[in-house]
Amino acid sequence: MLSGKGGTGKTSLTAVFASMMSKPVIVDCDVDAANLHLLLNPSIEERHGFVGAAKARVDAAICDGCGLCAGGCRFDALHLDGIAVVDPLHCEGCGVCARRCPLDAISLEAQICGEWFLSRTINGPMLHARLIPGQENSGMLVSKLRQSARALAQRDGASWILVDGPPGTGCPVISSLTGADYAVIVTEPTLSGFEDLQRVAAVADHFRIPTGIIVNKADINPDVARLIEEYAAASRRDLLGRIQYDPAFTTAQLLGSSVLRTATSDLRRRLEDVWHAVERAIQRKRSVLAVI
Amino acid sequence: MIRIAVASGKGGTGKTTVATSLALLWARNSSVHFLDCDVEAPNAALLLGPVLDDAEQVTRPVPLVDESVCDHCGQCSAFCRFHALAVTGTRVLVFPEICHGCGGCMAVCPKGAISETPRSVGELAEGAAGAIRFSQGTLNAGETATVHLIRAVRRREAAADVVIVDAPPGTSCPVVAAVEGADWVVLVTEPTPFGLNDLVLAVEMTRRLGLRIGVVINRHGLGDNRVERFCASAGIPIIGRIADDRRVAEAYSRGVSPFTMVPSFSEEIAAIANRLAAEVFA
Repeated sequence: MLSGKGGTGKTSLTAVFASMMSKPVIVDCDVDAANLHLLLNPSIEERHGFVGAAKARVDAAICDGCGLCAGGCRFDALHLDGIAVVDPLHCEGCGVCARRCPLDAISLEAQICGEWFLSRTINGPMLHARLIPGQENSGMLVSKLRQSARALAQRDGASWILVDGPPGTGCPVISSLTGADYAVIVTEPTLSGFEDLQRVAAVADHFRIPTGIIVNKADINPDVARLIEEYAAASRRDLLGRIQYDPAFTTAQLLGSSVLRTATSDLRRRLEDVWHAVERAIQRKRSVLAVI
Repeated sequence: MIRIAVASGKGGTGKTTVATSLALLWARNSSVHFLDCDVEAPNAALLLGPVLDDAEQVTRPVPLVDESVCDHCGQCSAFCRFHALAVTGTRVLVFPEICHGCGGCMAVCPKGAISETPRSVGELAEGAAGAIRFSQGTLNAGETATVHLIRAVRRREAAADVVIVDAPPGTSCPVVAAVEGADWVVLVTEPTPFGLNDLVLAVEMTRRLGLRIGVVINRHGLGDNRVERFCASAGIPIIGRIADDRRVAEAYSRGVSPFTMVPSFSEEIAAIANRLAAEVFA
């Protein structure tokens, strides 16, 4: 589940699909601003520390401040203040400084960047995480979750892996997409939503992952909704349905539950239709793959 | 000069709407440079409509191996912590999309077989929207060098009375690259459980960086008062509230700034600007 632009309704729809799937493994890959747990109320069964990439550390007792390290750093992560000082926000852990140091005063040390969890929900097992705010390597943490989900799905014979992805198009999005059979893009009928939809669709195309589009809050601007649907047809993406703006989504969030709890029967039917469209689209792709 | 970053934690809370509106307001009396650092989803240009007359590729150096000199000793791939090179018995495979461009492989090669070639990670475009100087980065599809591109956009910061940085959503390294060094960070949120959850994380991130912050509650009237309660207990100033108003959403959807279209919204922005000016110059 992706969107490009944030706030289009990815997480709300992920929670809906989680309850409509049979035997899913649910994964929240938006590790630096995770929200799915607020709707699915997971009870944590396992906790694991997440060790990210290393960063340089200068041994103040050895360093003589020669500056060779800073001269070789391409990330402006070292400066001299009598001795060499590392700026952890800029250090990418490449190790060039450690190699240049004639006194061996620099080592690379792995950092704890967050935590990840295996939990139980009423819809099935859930993998989620918490990146320490301000940390890096969200892509690595996403790939940790993804690999754990795959192993769990194989072990338990799950039918689906449902991934709630982050906004944007960068490293954690690419990591969320890796190995996916299908990407559902949730968009909204705003010109920004439309632009960002095209950006994330280009990323999915780049990795040859088929895409389908859900237009959420469709009545905010029916003209832009139509533009998006024309784009979906022209670029041969599945059009999975329109959902009107509905305050039931916010009410459900306040109650800490999926929108199915607060939805009118009309909205509920709409959501079921959208889910069936997703299911059919994925089955079609599967049968094409089977023929090949 | 004051430098204000607009960030959020949660996506879609109205960062870009607030950032562009502040730019339009301040540009009436001051020089303003607007930097769109949400390089994975840059949308400010839709609302400000700048004429972008200057565009260039932002590159990162990646290794180029001269196979006629290389003896496949493997020291380059052993050094590379990003696994961007793999040496087989007869070839060196380079994976430029995961290379960080540190230059380590080139430095360790005993044969001098490695040089570097620039690889584009995105585009940096600049121009003007009326009196506002405007710069934005756009990451290439499939590219991961978000932080590298954000820093390239921020290096273009020009002398101006006010610099406004439109940050990406989230709380990890791209946001840090966008807000680092700001005099003030405006955190735009909404009064919902998702808004609060991500605001708490964003506050933790800004506190780690030692930055001054103020919160704007957008779509005020939706949801409940949990964000207000959190801000009160954490001692964080709420510098403005923007009413939940369909006219704002509709203007935005057409790529028109609600600042020029919805008078009640412009008044809310003016109140935020006054509060910021008072805080920043205090």
